[in-house]
Amino acid sequence: MNAAQTARTGFDVAAMRREFPILSREVYGKKLVYLDNAASAQKPRAVIDAMRQFLETDYANVHRGVHFLSSRATDHYEAAREAARRFLNAPAADNIILTHGGTEAFNLVASSFVSPMIAPGDEIVISEMEHHANIVPWHFLRERQGAVIRWARIGDDGVLDLDHLQSLIGPRTKLVAITHMSNVLGTITPARVIADMAHARGVPVLFDGCQAAVHARVDVQAIDADFYIFCGHKIYGPTGIGVLYAKPHFLSAMRPYQGGGEMIREVGFDAVSYGDAPHRFEAGTPPIMEAVGLAAAIRFLEGIDHAAVHAHEQALLAHATRQLRAANGVRIFGEAPGKGAIIAFDVKGVHPHDLATVIDREGVAIRAGHHCAHPLMKRLGVTATGRASFALYNTMEEVDVFVAALQRAREFFQ
Amino acid sequence: MNAAGLDDLYREAILDHGRNPRCMGKLDDATHTGCDANRLCGDAVTIRLRIADGCIEEARFEGEGCAISQASASMLTEALGGKRVEDAERLAAMMRVALEGREPPAANTLAGLLAGVRAFPERVACALLSVHALERALGAAP
Repeated sequence: MNAAQTARTGFDVAAMRREFPILSREVYGKKLVYLDNAASAQKPRAVIDAMRQFLETDYANVHRGVHFLSSRATDHYEAAREAARRFLNAPAADNIILTHGGTEAFNLVASSFVSPMIAPGDEIVISEMEHHANIVPWHFLRERQGAVIRWARIGDDGVLDLDHLQSLIGPRTKLVAITHMSNVLGTITPARVIADMAHARGVPVLFDGCQAAVHARVDVQAIDADFYIFCGHKIYGPTGIGVLYAKPHFLSAMRPYQGGGEMIREVGFDAVSYGDAPHRFEAGTPPIMEAVGLAAAIRFLEGIDHAAVHAHEQALLAHATRQLRAANGVRIFGEAPGKGAIIAFDVKGVHPHDLATVIDREGVAIRAGHHCAHPLMKRLGVTATGRASFALYNTMEEVDVFVAALQRAREFFQ
Repeated sequence: MNAAGLDDLYREAILDHGRNPRCMGKLDDATHTGCDANRLCGDAVTIRLRIADGCIEEARFEGEGCAISQASASMLTEALGGKRVEDAERLAAMMRVALEGREPPAANTLAGLLAGVRAFPERVACALLSVHALERALGAAP
């Protein structure tokens, strides 16, 4: 990163890159240019060290033992819950359920909260740009209980059609579940407006924050979310852990999700009673070392200058968008104002998979495919796209390497 | 384009078949049809055959997807015309072994032309898509 960029955004990307050991490696003898951050972000030393140190000094199972290490591990685990509370500005740590990933959080809400409410013909409102994790659990309810999925439209620019969304919320709507930021188009949705819209009809609202959590500051109270979901590995933390925030009165009314240890009060021969939230929803040994990593990732994000990082990511997005627009035969999907640092695109005459294979050999990692968003691909009229997604450690030079590699690939196939 | 293995993956013949697929289109009087799709990337290939007296009189494919999957379908259907059913089955089995197996196929065979995918494990499925579609058309799908 050059000095001019640092001066412009007040963000020292070279120093930031040094925090991420993997960024110094080469692939195929080329410098790694990692632009698949929306799939999973790389890990800073702080996260790696926190997990290793925990495993080397304090690891044991949680909430069970009376011994020293169990107590230490429990403190770490509950500190992660508190970190997630802080991260979302949730009112209390008891509003935070730690899951094994974002996907599990959606399934938990579907199974424990929505499913018991569903009679045939009841509706769940989502949008055309949802990730499969926010689609397939509702398909389960459609198949098993006769629920109806209503799809809020998006415009050709990738902006959510709020009028259409509003028109879909009716007396049979049981939940509105919308992405806070599209993993393909980068569109950021007006969460508070959507929540007010749903609440005006007495309908709870869930936001998929898996992409938004790393790019924007999330305040679940300010947006009045009833449910909010994000995962560890997209915010520079480990895989295998997700976070579900839910308002307390929903949590206390929700039936348990999985059954097992940890979530019970008492188990008899003919009866069982369950613990209180959040433990009621955390059956079995939880992701303990992952929780430690999650807490470290949150502390890492709390330690950065958000405004500067946001400016940096937006500068990367603008630079890449400008260059791709100028390139021959490149089409960009998603031009919503204020969108996050993701660009989905295709190149005329080059299938995204061929493109990704070719530029991979130049060290550039992008995603090619349907991005777990089949309905959106149908809406866009494509079967697959390329996707470059940016993180706080990416540089302008990397954007240039990516675009040059893309140009060479296009020439190769034409 | 000279980075490791790319020239081998995207040989001229493959690029040519990818750009100008042979035997592409409908076959209204097809007697056998098979299709396969790659759930990961959305690539799809349908192979239609008109078989009489144990002989493939005509073979055509429809599909969309990457250069590898489409070139493979084009080359395969081109090779099928006039073949006996048992020879087509043998060809499919050979291609499977050649692209998935340990021993590289002979250079001058159909599998040999596609053998570049062996260095790109995530692309083997692209090359085998049409093979699987053919196996399904012949009723011999595993």
